[in-house]
Amino acid sequence: MSTASEVTSLKEEYTRFVGRKLLFMAAVSLCIIIVAGVSATLGSANLSVWEVYSAILARAFPGHFQTTWFAETIVWGLRLHRILMGIVVGAGLGIAGAVMQGILKNPLASPFTLGISSAASFGAALAIILGAGFAGGEYLIIGNTFVFTLLATFAVYGLAKYKGVTPETMILAGIAIMYFFSAMTSFLQYVGRAEQVQEVVFWMMGSLGRSSWEKVYASTIMILICLPYIILKSWDINAIGAGDETAASLGVNVERTRVISMTFASLITASVICFTGTIGFIGLVAPHMTRMIIGGDHRFLIPGSALMGALILLAADTLARTILAPVILPVGIMTSFLGVPFFVYLFLKRRKEFW
Amino acid sequence: MVKITINNVSFSYGSSVILNDLNIVVEDSEILGLVGPNGSGKTTLIKCIDRILKPNGSIFLDGRDLSSMSRGEIAREIGYVPQSGSGAMGTTVFETILMGRRPHISWRVSERDLDIVSDVIELLHLEDLAMREFGQLSGGQRQKVLIARALAQEPSVLLLDEPTSNLDMKHQLEVMEIIREMVQKKNISAVMAVHDLNLAARFVDKLAILKNGRIWAAGEASSLLTAEIIREVYGVEAVVMQLERPFVIPIRSLNGGVACD
Repeated sequence: MSTASEVTSLKEEYTRFVGRKLLFMAAVSLCIIIVAGVSATLGSANLSVWEVYSAILARAFPGHFQTTWFAETIVWGLRLHRILMGIVVGAGLGIAGAVMQGILKNPLASPFTLGISSAASFGAALAIILGAGFAGGEYLIIGNTFVFTLLATFAVYGLAKYKGVTPETMILAGIAIMYFFSAMTSFLQYVGRAEQVQEVVFWMMGSLGRSSWEKVYASTIMILICLPYIILKSWDINAIGAGDETAASLGVNVERTRVISMTFASLITASVICFTGTIGFIGLVAPHMTRMIIGGDHRFLIPGSALMGALILLAADTLARTILAPVILPVGIMTSFLGVPFFVYLFLKRRKEFW
Repeated sequence: MVKITINNVSFSYGSSVILNDLNIVVEDSEILGLVGPNGSGKTTLIKCIDRILKPNGSIFLDGRDLSSMSRGEIAREIGYVPQSGSGAMGTTVFETILMGRRPHISWRVSERDLDIVSDVIELLHLEDLAMREFGQLSGGQRQKVLIARALAQEPSVLLLDEPTSNLDMKHQLEVMEIIREMVQKKNISAVMAVHDLNLAARFVDKLAILKNGRIWAAGEASSLLTAEIIREVYGVEAVVMQLERPFVIPIRSLNGGVACD
């Protein structure tokens, strides 16, 4: 009898454990909705929380809610797409970071520590200063960023694979790629005109100021295309975390899973940062915080990191819009400020567990 | 009944030959112990049986050629316990063992999966550790968790790569006793690389001595563990006491001479 009850209690304990993970996700989702509501009320035009929600709901359920033309224009035309862009970009960076950390077994892997941000910056600089790139017109910067983001990911992976993919080789390869593209960007800035250089600098700070409904749709669609495979492969990413050979012995095709997941993660990264410029730390910090709270099971970690990333970026952008109002700071500056204390905390407290 | 047949198996990394034409069989519910000096090919052989490495020659499991089986099929038959396991970041013991169910589950974890994991945890007396983080465990506890994960796979063959190498005396015995018990209880076969000849003599049914990628000798521990063989294979002078089983007491290493050719 005692053994039977012990088995039941173990199962119950695990079920509660899973319940806590789901609770965490529900709580973060709620926070996102609240922060989004607050964020929509902030700005030069004074709108109350109620007016904002009425304006949003009036479109969703016409006839049931009353709104004014003014409120609707402000909310739908100016603020809501920026808020949704923040949510989508944050979620995308969170997912990409969680996947990269998982498949590379490296807690420092993220779209930005792997040299991807400097490659993206270089792509943007190339478009702004030389007008050269992979697409035309207004899509020049977007196209360039997209292509160079992917290029950097595979350069890092290729370099690391040559020596065997370990946490050390990945980071070293990432540093090499980062310096390479930084040097190229510096060169372009040196030969560029003052106003071009200024534009590059602004781009590199990362901002949601360029958001639009079309960009929200584009990023969302890209993430929705990439996400199912990643979610489906959560178990395999878990197994890879326990070591390549262990994963293989558990029936995982390690090489294929790693390459495809890495491709999807960098596609997601590319499809969000090409619209915003480089926004640092979200991809690194969101999965870390989520892992600390709900653990490393990727079935929950990946959606959890998406929600956490969305919340952090949305909160950071809200702060960036208000802290020096009426000046709107680029959100990339805010996230970097938030990221540094977190890194110090990791360095001081959590070192033994993860590294 | 023959469980595993290893037939003319060779393996090389580039030009260096690691395994050279091995032939051996493992019976049902039998523990085959692999002994031999460092670099003799024990670990490589274990990885070849699990098809983590792909050797020349053929290995049959219940008469089926492993090279014709998919990764998933092999994972449902063979459980692998690596020499030392790093845990995935931030996973609990329960989740680590649950990972052993991966070959059997699609995405959702069923009641049955949870039952199996709970049973294994209880079998190895890991209840108190179940919700602890794997990364915080001691070496002996980790080894038990890795064995538990392999058992949760419900394999018919267990491969163990020096399961006792990082453990103190008590944990060495405990881990070996667990393996012995599981082999009998669950009617599975095991192939195990061991360094400690005395542990091997006590816990395995059959011994294969590897040297330079060849099977130097195979058979009962009592007939193989003699002072001559230990001198020739390891280059070590040893006293072997033949009591109810052989006890090996190493005396000194022999440099030069016959042993280090």
